[in-house]
Amino acid sequence: MSAQAKLQLAIATPSDREIVMTRVVRAPRALVFDAFTKPEMIKRWLLGPDGWSMPVCDVDLRAGGTFHYVWHNDSDGTEFGLHGTYREVTPHERIVHAENFDQSWYPCDVVVTTAFAERDGSTTVTMAQLFDSREGRDAAMESGMEKGVAASFDRLEDILA
Amino acid sequence: MEPIGYGHRSDERLDATFTALADPTRRAILARLASGEASVLELASPFAISQPAVSKHLRVLERAGLISRSRDAQRRPCRLEAKPLAEASGWLEPYRDRWEGNFARLDALLDEFQSDAKHSKRAKRRRR
Repeated sequence: MSAQAKLQLAIATPSDREIVMTRVVRAPRALVFDAFTKPEMIKRWLLGPDGWSMPVCDVDLRAGGTFHYVWHNDSDGTEFGLHGTYREVTPHERIVHAENFDQSWYPCDVVVTTAFAERDGSTTVTMAQLFDSREGRDAAMESGMEKGVAASFDRLEDILA
Repeated sequence: MEPIGYGHRSDERLDATFTALADPTRRAILARLASGEASVLELASPFAISQPAVSKHLRVLERAGLISRSRDAQRRPCRLEAKPLAEASGWLEPYRDRWEGNFARLDALLDEFQSDAKHSKRAKRRRR
């Protein structure tokens, strides 16, 4: 594995309401799909910066079903959540869902289309996020600004306190 | 509630940058300029579009501050300006970091599952 080229994450911004992310992973798409949809697997990797865990990961994987993730900062106990509704679920191929942060300071739906395409045993994952406005995109992006998601949610906690 | 973190100081500049980058011809022009300055004529040649159309794209890029054009020289060569691009990528950087971390963990998890699957292949075959 170490002899292979480093896998690159490509991020494009086709418009001011869209962010498209592409990454190849070296696994068949059925397994990659599981990693994106099975709580016991999601909890192992969808964690953002180091030092966060995911104590809540509820997934009802079907069109109209919902999901809820809660992240927990292991050093200071800060928590924040993300919830959403699946609009389309095509096993091993495509997931379309809408999502929003639990404590959102800007009400904005983000529609995320995640597609899995397999070739020669590797899977290209494409995640396209469509925000309903530029302000919504900025609000969502702010969650990752400066010192990462942790810092801004710390500040959010301060503001809400 | 006041907006958090990321201020609005450079919002307009970022808008102009992202709008300019949203077009594939303009991205191709920037890619060409990354390897050195070029005149409008030189920039128009790889594209199946007219010189006025390229000039129009150049004006958008110039307004976004992504390129500058020499005033004095006859051929007015275009030059890539790195600052707005750096600003735009800085805007995405924490997002990129977060997802690079996520995908690195995903790689490790998928490796683990695949090596487990290899080890338990015989057991699985028996079960079938």
